[in-house]
Amino acid sequence: MSQEANQGHIYRISGPVIIAKGIEANMYDLVRVGIEGLMGEVIEIEGDKTTIQVYEDTSGIKPREPVVNTGQPLSVELGPGLLTSIYDGVQRPLPALKEAMGDYILRGAESPGLDQDKLWTFKATAKPGDMISQGDKIGEVEESPGIIHTIMAPRDCNGKIEKINSGTYNVNDTIGEVDDGTILKLKQYWPVRLPRPVSKKLQPDIPLITGQRILDGLFPLAKGGTAAIPGPFGAGKTVTQQTLAKWCDAEIIVYIGCGERGNEMTEVLSEFPQLTDPKTQKPLMNRTVLIANTSNMPVAAREASVYTGVTIAEYYRDMGYNVALMADSTSRWAEAMREISSRMEEMPGEEGYPAYLSTRLAQFYERAGRVIPKGTKKEGSVTIIGAVSPPGGDFSEPVTQNTLRVTKTFWALDAKLAQRRHFPSINWLTSYSLYTRSLREWFTKNVSEDYVNLISEIMKLLQEEEKLLEIVQLVGTDALPDDQQLTLEVTRGIREFYLQQNAFHDVDTFCELQKSAMLMRIILKYRDLSKDALKKGVRVYKLIGLKSKNKIADVKFEKDYVKLLSTIEKDMSSEIERLVGDLK
Amino acid sequence: MKEYKTITQIAGPLIFVEKTDVIGYGDLVKIKLSNGTEKNGQVLDTSEDMVVVQIFEGTSNIGKGARVKFLGESIKLPVSKDMLGRILSGSGKPIDKGPEIIPEKRLGIEGAAINPYSRDSPEDFIQTGISTIDSMNTLVRGQKLPIFSGSGLPHNEIALQIARQAKTLNKKEDFVVIFAAMGITNEEAQYFMEDFRKTGALSRSLVFLNLADDPAVERLITPRMALTAAEYLAFEHGMHVLVILTDMTNYCESLREIGAAREEIPGRRGYPGYMYTDLAGIYERAGMIKGKKGSVTQIPILTMLGDDITHPIPDLTGYITEGQIVLNRELHRKGIYPPIDVLPSLSRLMNLGIGEKRTRKDHKQVSDQLYASYAEGRDLRGLVAIVGEEALSKRDSVLLNFAEIYENQFVRQSDSEDRSILTTLDLAWELLGTIPLNELTRISPDLKKEFAKSDDSSENDTNVRPKFTKPLEGSIDETDKDD
Repeated sequence: MSQEANQGHIYRISGPVIIAKGIEANMYDLVRVGIEGLMGEVIEIEGDKTTIQVYEDTSGIKPREPVVNTGQPLSVELGPGLLTSIYDGVQRPLPALKEAMGDYILRGAESPGLDQDKLWTFKATAKPGDMISQGDKIGEVEESPGIIHTIMAPRDCNGKIEKINSGTYNVNDTIGEVDDGTILKLKQYWPVRLPRPVSKKLQPDIPLITGQRILDGLFPLAKGGTAAIPGPFGAGKTVTQQTLAKWCDAEIIVYIGCGERGNEMTEVLSEFPQLTDPKTQKPLMNRTVLIANTSNMPVAAREASVYTGVTIAEYYRDMGYNVALMADSTSRWAEAMREISSRMEEMPGEEGYPAYLSTRLAQFYERAGRVIPKGTKKEGSVTIIGAVSPPGGDFSEPVTQNTLRVTKTFWALDAKLAQRRHFPSINWLTSYSLYTRSLREWFTKNVSEDYVNLISEIMKLLQEEEKLLEIVQLVGTDALPDDQQLTLEVTRGIREFYLQQNAFHDVDTFCELQKSAMLMRIILKYRDLSKDALKKGVRVYKLIGLKSKNKIADVKFEKDYVKLLSTIEKDMSSEIERLVGDLK
Repeated sequence: MKEYKTITQIAGPLIFVEKTDVIGYGDLVKIKLSNGTEKNGQVLDTSEDMVVVQIFEGTSNIGKGARVKFLGESIKLPVSKDMLGRILSGSGKPIDKGPEIIPEKRLGIEGAAINPYSRDSPEDFIQTGISTIDSMNTLVRGQKLPIFSGSGLPHNEIALQIARQAKTLNKKEDFVVIFAAMGITNEEAQYFMEDFRKTGALSRSLVFLNLADDPAVERLITPRMALTAAEYLAFEHGMHVLVILTDMTNYCESLREIGAAREEIPGRRGYPGYMYTDLAGIYERAGMIKGKKGSVTQIPILTMLGDDITHPIPDLTGYITEGQIVLNRELHRKGIYPPIDVLPSLSRLMNLGIGEKRTRKDHKQVSDQLYASYAEGRDLRGLVAIVGEEALSKRDSVLLNFAEIYENQFVRQSDSEDRSILTTLDLAWELLGTIPLNELTRISPDLKKEFAKSDDSSENDTNVRPKFTKPLEGSIDETDKDD
């Protein structure tokens, strides 16, 4: 392609969408727009007009300013140094932007994604003469304490290594050469819209443990699975995502704040670096990549942020890590698509969203999975947890519906529960997980024989409660038969002692599976003992008022829960025995 | 500078100009009418063939013969510290018969996004003196907390009360209030101005007035002007600025009007698809910046059309702002002021601003308990309507009674009553005292031990007697002790 064909000029500007004339471009090529060289991406080609979405503010840009096509798709820079970084939607580090532009995000700044000067100690594992192709391991770098960063052969590389040397390098130094002409470096590029290939996708049969009782117990998520958290505003969506980021047992966390609130993003940015990883006691940030694109940052960069995030997640997956990707919120992403689509004057689909909304959502969630990556045998996974913000809390809107078609776990946040400060405010009747069956074996083997049964018992009780509450609405509690009154008391216990979890309490914020199982057991024990007593003639209000039972409330806040539980169990038995004894 | 007489089309607030030189996107435009008057506009869409301009003062009297001049820069607001105490029009011109403002700077009004990395975490508790806000929906500096109201509800009174009473606890720093009115009636404007003058607040206030009969398009720039001034005073002069924007519903209506005139494909209920981004461009201009002293706190007010919280305006607002204060018509009808319904209300930054060193260590749990008990008590009212009060269990009648006294003693206060946070929390414990201790499941045992008012009723919980507390007379003002 000649140089002239790569340069054209602006014809029209309408907000973040500009139309250029006179460039030869392919779809999704990266272009530089205007005298300031703003970053943009080709999104439509029609005759001699090329439509470009611009990632920065376009005020003051005039027609006839130049447009240059780089001929490359929008890519991320991958290599050591990604972890602990804080990026905007197109992988510009926010601290670097601050240095360049001050406290506000102005336009025209350019900054590479990786620290270009930092030196890394590279240990080659491949040797000259080895045949390598894309994704093959050639060496490693300790990126942050405990996290080994595998250096892999870059895209389109295929040949015999001619030279490769261990040593201390920055990301741009040559570390080796391949006979097909590829220069090996610590960094490589990957187009954000292209999924990284894998050799095999595996079944999702290992749970992603989150330390949240309702999630691990009732609605588990598998490693490599997909989950949607829809919730109206104020239902605790963001808190849930952040709790997951803190506690789930993935080695790498990619957190995308897509169209989020600035102050909340700040909370994440200031809180994450202070968190310690519960498993390694090292800063959690050491294994985290944050992408922050607040709602008032350019809309096109918001559209790109999700792809930037998932590409980074796939890159770590290919090293054999379990990666959890949180996208908060995919609705903002869909709205960015809608906004750009409307500026392009495309024929709208449902509620003004573009007709390709469902395809894009499906493509994105398909990038999750537990896989055997190309080039290694070590399996890795990307788990995607996408938040959805349905307008007006209406789950029938297009983004929620199209998301539900592709995700397997559904954690329905409920504003009503949030209003009565029941957290996490996940509705146990409308939520579901399609992984329950495939994870059964793992739970039985690794937690306890009865774990799966405990869960189904608890679920059954909650279902029954729903039915009983309908009756109570009509006739009042006192009109119910004794055993049903008891059931209601048991389910109240399930809700308050088991389902509710305080994310801000030191102990309660994380609950291991054993503790979760024991809590279920003691609640069911109370039910069994009381049922017996009821049969023997004890009055139901005495059982409801059981003092030892109310102590279960303290278990979740207690570190030494085993001891407390056994005391409660003993007290409960003796208290009920006494009640039965009093009858005689 | 060239003038063009090439208007080809005029539609609603828009004019279409042909055969121009290259014109920058967002540039300011002056239009000279044949009768000599001048109007202002802004470029909305520009191409080599055609420029679309939106006219702030409306297109009446504009004909094809009008002369169009492109100024080559975007809208600027002259700013200065002397703006305090002034009243400006919706487009930033003085209308208080005072002198022109001598600018220290001229700033673009669009504003840029604050780099999330530069933002400082908001955590200074603001005491508004209103119990339901301070204890259960705490406002902090740098937050944007809207009031969702309905027509006929006293949102203006509440906004004024907050503006009067807002203060931080430890530091005696007052707020500068910037008040931006969009499309409010003359009468409402009078009410605000009267209150500002009466309380002497005007001297530390800056007012932008776009009244109901002012051009609708001007409404689109009024909040941006106000926030530009706010950012200037906050981050250049280190002031703490409280921005009250009323009424955002009028703003969104204008946005829809422009969208329709441009023949854009409408989104939900005819509002443009980019309304989320547009509103975010306004609301996100609240916050604090690391290393700078000042802060911008926003209280936007919007009326929910038909009291519908799922309407696009409150809905999109709720997704951007850090919570919301929702007013309730039923409370209002019961004669309770302020009629704040805590159940759908929320402050997302509350946890940053409360707790041991900021307010009191029991704050969070007391708030959770109030929420839980009140929610349950209110649910029971529906049940009582069907089965009657006799059919309730003891536990239920205690909660039912709690909902009643909560509304009448905790929510209700006069518009001049400035309750300190400690008064509010003590009042909460007093009301919670009507519920047996072991039913207070949201409060940890050690806090109960320290703060609970009642004797240890957990030991004899089967004979619960609802305890009615006496209504509080007048205000208990502890705030003065802080000096």
